[in-house]
Amino acid sequence: MGIAILYFAWVREAIGRDGETIDPPADVRDVAALIDWLAARGGGYAEAFADRARLRCAIDQRFAPLDAPIEGATEIALFPPVTGG
Amino acid sequence: MSNRVLVQAADFDIGHELARLEALGGGGVASFTGVVRGGGDENGGFAALHLEAYPGMTQRALDDVAAQAQARWPLLGLTLIHRFGTLFAGDRIVLVATAARHRGAALDACAFLIDWTKTRAPFWKQERFSDGTARWIEQTAADASTAADWDASAEHGRP
Repeated sequence: MGIAILYFAWVREAIGRDGETIDPPADVRDVAALIDWLAARGGGYAEAFADRARLRCAIDQRFAPLDAPIEGATEIALFPPVTGG
Repeated sequence: MSNRVLVQAADFDIGHELARLEALGGGGVASFTGVVRGGGDENGGFAALHLEAYPGMTQRALDDVAAQAQARWPLLGLTLIHRFGTLFAGDRIVLVATAARHRGAALDACAFLIDWTKTRAPFWKQERFSDGTARWIEQTAADASTAADWDASAEHGRP
């Protein structure tokens, strides 16, 4: 079953799309590994994910650390630190 | 407890919002309004501020921030309205307002609400300039540490 991935702010701009459905291999178990797997596509993905310290994520619309497991997730969002208010 | 938490493109009427809180029977209403900064040399060429949100999650995150304030202070009601989309200098971005029986809870909860909104709600600000360029605003260390201070104060047993 695929996972919906969403991108926001400059992550979205670097990748050139606001989201996609992916089906990562079984050895991709947490968000950090998912980022590695996506970054290996090169191009805008490599650019967006070059600096992990500038990335945050949410799993099923809840903030999560990058080492959070992705098993069972239906929606994962990758984005910069938030700047509202 | 009367919460009003909204994520919207439209502007809001502060007088209307404060009147709602004043009618709840408390002795104090506090508010903070965030406005798009204008003028000043450091803003040379500034044209607009674009706010991107995460549809679905943003409302939930603001509801969570409001629930935290409600759990920490004896509030009679609160209002948290945050806009998204393209805004211009002088436009209102966010309104936080609280009502309580006494001013201390209203003022402290108001400060907490805006501090946590800045670091716990999925919004991203982009400055757009008159020459067509744009720049994503970076989260400041000060914003992150101010929000974290509320965590530390909770751990020490005071709201």
